[in-house]
Amino acid sequence: MIVAEQKPITEIAELIKDCKKVLLVGCGTCVTVCLSGGEKETEIMASALRIMREQEGNPIEIKTTTLVRQCDPEYIEELADSIKDADAVVSLACGVGVQYIAERYMDKWVIPAQNTKFAGGALEHGIWEERCALCGECILHLTGGICPIIRCSKSILNGPCGGSQYGKCEIDKNIPCAWQLIYDKMAALGRLEEMMTYQPAKDWSKYRDGGPRKVVREDVIIE
Amino acid sequence: MPEFRPKIVAFCCHYCAYAAADLAGSMRLQYSPDIRIVEMPCSGTIDARVILKAFEEGADGVYVAACLEGDCHFLKGNYRAKKRVKYVKDLLEQIGFESERLQFYNLSAAMGPRFAEIANEMTERIKALGPSPLNKKYKQEKTKPKPKEEGEQQ
Repeated sequence: MIVAEQKPITEIAELIKDCKKVLLVGCGTCVTVCLSGGEKETEIMASALRIMREQEGNPIEIKTTTLVRQCDPEYIEELADSIKDADAVVSLACGVGVQYIAERYMDKWVIPAQNTKFAGGALEHGIWEERCALCGECILHLTGGICPIIRCSKSILNGPCGGSQYGKCEIDKNIPCAWQLIYDKMAALGRLEEMMTYQPAKDWSKYRDGGPRKVVREDVIIE
Repeated sequence: MPEFRPKIVAFCCHYCAYAAADLAGSMRLQYSPDIRIVEMPCSGTIDARVILKAFEEGADGVYVAACLEGDCHFLKGNYRAKKRVKYVKDLLEQIGFESERLQFYNLSAAMGPRFAEIANEMTERIKALGPSPLNKKYKQEKTKPKPKEEGEQQ
């Protein structure tokens, strides 16, 4: 999932200080799961902003809604009525949702309520960790299912480096060395000899370095 | 201005504070009539939205009363409630709202006198703080023009 973290409430309040009517839009997918922008968080933020403005003697009207997801135009369309009289829209989705609303409603000012962090998963309830760099060319089959691109601080393909100390990365003793994890996994699989194969430099043009990316599936496009 | 009578919402766990309130009643204990009790199946069901809603609606104070630590009927509900109340207190601080208006207490079903003490303690605390900036009743009275004194010229 995409993991995001809410901006400080004061920062959001500052961005909407001149608005009288605001629409807060939550998202029902990734940010609901990482507890930062679902229905509940949207209502909490709305309440906090209303209390803040009420005590400043400058009340604000805030409506809330949570879409199934904000990364599909069909759901963004559902805002057509509720967005009409809003001076600003605050999206609690990741950066994708903010852009989808901004693109669909050209006359509306759309504000991000979140800092989109990474693609990752939950280690436990309340702790999320980055697990995928979205590099565009997966090599997990070579590394026992452990990604050296995102989990190795240097993203090296032929590790470990000299900074691997007692299974930890030299940048922080709490970060495991990805290549140690890869070694342990390959040893458990009995495939250690595969680690001797030299991996050539990665083609980074498939990552963001090649410009904005797009995936097209002709077979599912509805004409 | 009439004497300030705060509106305090007390979210009480069914297994401790709510039963303690019952006991306080059976013991004929006198305690502040300014609290409004909301019974919960467990303090762990408390939700930040409900607390904020109470303040939005003009509550001058809110408290959550949970079981003693280690005594939760559902094992960990009171620890969760404690964390959630702390989260809301931090949020209130950030938005410039007095976080002292929100409190968290632990007590057991056998602590009727403590229940009465908490109710009184909370009422005193809120009286000292004065009406909430969102309490519409007192807000209106504050902004209402003062009646003209006798003999004052028009």
